[in-house]
Amino acid sequence: MLKVFLARAQQGHRTSAFPDSPPAMPDRFRGLPVLDPSRCADGCSACVEACPTGAISASDGLRLDLGRCLFCPDCVQACPEGAIAFTTEYRLATRTREALVLRGPEEYPRAAALEQKLRRLFGRSLKLRVVSAGDCNACSADVNVLGTPVFDLGRFGIQYVASPRHADGLLITGPVTENMRLALKKTWDAVPPPKIVIAVGACAISGGPYIDHGEVHNGADAVVPVDLYVPGCPPHPFTILDGLLRLLGRIDERSAQARARATQQYRADIEHESIDWGKKRAEEGMKLFGFGNPPPESPEKRKP
Amino acid sequence: MKLFNGVAVPRDQVPLLSLEALRQKAIEAPKRGQRISALFGTPAGEQIELVLVLADDSAGALEAARARVIGESFSSMTPECPEVHLFEREIAEQWGVKPEGHPWFKPVRFHASWRGRDAWSRPPGVHPQCGVTDFYRVEGEEVHEVAVGPVHAGVIEPGHFRFQCHGEEVFHLEISLGYQHRGLEAALIGGPNKRSIHYAETLAGDTTVGHASAYCQNLEALAGARAASRGQALRAIALELERLANHTGDLGALAGDVGFLPTAAYCGRLRGDFLNLTGLLCGSRFGRGTVRPGGAGFDLEPERAAQAADQLESAFRDVENAVGLLWSTPSVGARFEETGRVPAEVARELGMVGMAARASGLERDVRKTHPWGMYRFAHIPISTSASGDVYARAYVRWLEIQRSVAFVRQQLRELPKGPIRAPCGAPRPGLFCVSLIEGWRGEICHTTITDDQGRFASYKIVDPSFHNWAGLQMALRDQQISDFPLCNKSFNLSYCGHDL
Repeated sequence: MLKVFLARAQQGHRTSAFPDSPPAMPDRFRGLPVLDPSRCADGCSACVEACPTGAISASDGLRLDLGRCLFCPDCVQACPEGAIAFTTEYRLATRTREALVLRGPEEYPRAAALEQKLRRLFGRSLKLRVVSAGDCNACSADVNVLGTPVFDLGRFGIQYVASPRHADGLLITGPVTENMRLALKKTWDAVPPPKIVIAVGACAISGGPYIDHGEVHNGADAVVPVDLYVPGCPPHPFTILDGLLRLLGRIDERSAQARARATQQYRADIEHESIDWGKKRAEEGMKLFGFGNPPPESPEKRKP
Repeated sequence: MKLFNGVAVPRDQVPLLSLEALRQKAIEAPKRGQRISALFGTPAGEQIELVLVLADDSAGALEAARARVIGESFSSMTPECPEVHLFEREIAEQWGVKPEGHPWFKPVRFHASWRGRDAWSRPPGVHPQCGVTDFYRVEGEEVHEVAVGPVHAGVIEPGHFRFQCHGEEVFHLEISLGYQHRGLEAALIGGPNKRSIHYAETLAGDTTVGHASAYCQNLEALAGARAASRGQALRAIALELERLANHTGDLGALAGDVGFLPTAAYCGRLRGDFLNLTGLLCGSRFGRGTVRPGGAGFDLEPERAAQAADQLESAFRDVENAVGLLWSTPSVGARFEETGRVPAEVARELGMVGMAARASGLERDVRKTHPWGMYRFAHIPISTSASGDVYARAYVRWLEIQRSVAFVRQQLRELPKGPIRAPCGAPRPGLFCVSLIEGWRGEICHTTITDDQGRFASYKIVDPSFHNWAGLQMALRDQQISDFPLCNKSFNLSYCGHDL
């Protein structure tokens, strides 16, 4: 038992400060790509030809569909002009399929929160049933990792549950194989409404590397309506976590600083209050057992 | 004929035997000290050709042979050579030729035949329903059946499990897979093309580096290219980091399955530390983009190598501490020992490979017996344990963690100089090549045959899980059904690697 305590001391506290402070991504991390169509030479389609999943099109101006993108370096290496580059920006989740299509160096439309009614229901407690429908298990591994102490999904009130009947929604990975289609549909039917769907990874959004295979259905929205798209192959765990928190309206950049201040104040208040509260209880206890100041005499007794 | 790991030969040189001679070769393989790495079908005109790949671990050599199926069936080898049981079912499912006399003749992945002819005479044009098939059944009073999956508790890939139970005791477990089938092998035929490497990388996500290494090694051999030695070292580092991440994660999950939460929590985090170390090398936690034909996709500059070495040491220090708790906690030992035992004879009969086979005392590790790339120069001893139970599978993981760390430490210090990638052209026509890579689960076998234009006429992938799922079934015999999660995790087999 002593060894367990000593190990606890060595292992330390490892939970990240996300979302209050941004996570450190490795310098080679391939996050949000930036497009600079002005660099494209006339008639050049080197990136289109290099892309394994047909995520890039150049016929009507340069476009990159993050829903299909494997975030591999093939297009960057193929482009002679440097018109495509990956940044380390990991916040990629969107609410619509169309929002995943990049057209140029414009602002990326990150996911907005659920409408108020659903937010009120799920904002502080969201139970998800994870369904792997043909994923290579990289996505499910990085969904699973959110349960470890580093990400600690539980602190946001989000939990993976064993039964769809206990769930508020599904988190789906994989291109939806024909062999999983029925099981996915049945799982969806078993979730009581209102319910949401989160598609994680290129496969679940578009089929990923398996686009248009006869054995797959090109993603979750072939079977169920999707509320949140998290692109990547696989998405970084922080990309998934960021998406989940945005969906629940728990990340709002404009008021991030205000919220940090409020949190600090709240914590200070709680601490203060609890000290006061403790003091009050102690005084009450003393009175109850007849120590300290004697209780004030009842007005009746004063009456002669 | 004799072959070597990752060396291409003209496909016509692979001897064409009679079916009976091929059958004898497979049946007598164990007596000659060989085991079956692959057995698959490939079309030869109107007929189907069976290709057999045998591995001789003591000689460090492979052997290949082929035979044509006359008509639509062949005599099953399974009754005399159990390790081909799933290979024969797969051949029947893909090509519609029937192994006559197979004792348990069922579909493997539930897809339509690639040739139109169906071995079970199912109606054409209708996709088979996954999992709808016969299951082994025990009848009798107080015997009951428990069916689990495909969607089952936890964040896990889908599979269907049928337990025949007497009270809590499991008489028999039958596992029916195929839910993850994406049609990957069929899609590789006609390649290589720009998607091929991505198929290899997403074939089994937790084995990205392992499968991509096997793919690239085959491609290099077929093209007559030689991978850059610095690239080979980087691949080996990535492969061992993959092993470290998965073994560490598994030890944590095993601790979680017996309710020992300290190690479960620490190893959950530490697995991430190894994944992040891979992320430092290539930007992806799963090693995507690391292995490329001709070498590696990313270099390791001196500063990055130094940073990687630091992170490796600090992660290893904490793993040593977290995993050490397992061996000094009696309640963990009590749950690990004698649970899910697979005796060496059973492991050998089933043709088990990798860490699970080594835990049953078999010396099977292609890093040592069929070394490739950097493993030809830097050797890793084989880690074995004799008891074949959950304890052994956990302990072998710990031994391998220590040896992998020593290997990576050395490689980071002594990286060969020069380019990371050599040019690798298109595959040459009419060749046959087998690549064996010891992934973290075990032997990965990719066999490629090129046609007259140098395209893939056949691309056969054998994930270690394909050999080992039957081992898990055997491990559950006479066990408590409540020990299934523990036994399952001790193997941690791939669903998609099996289902492809």
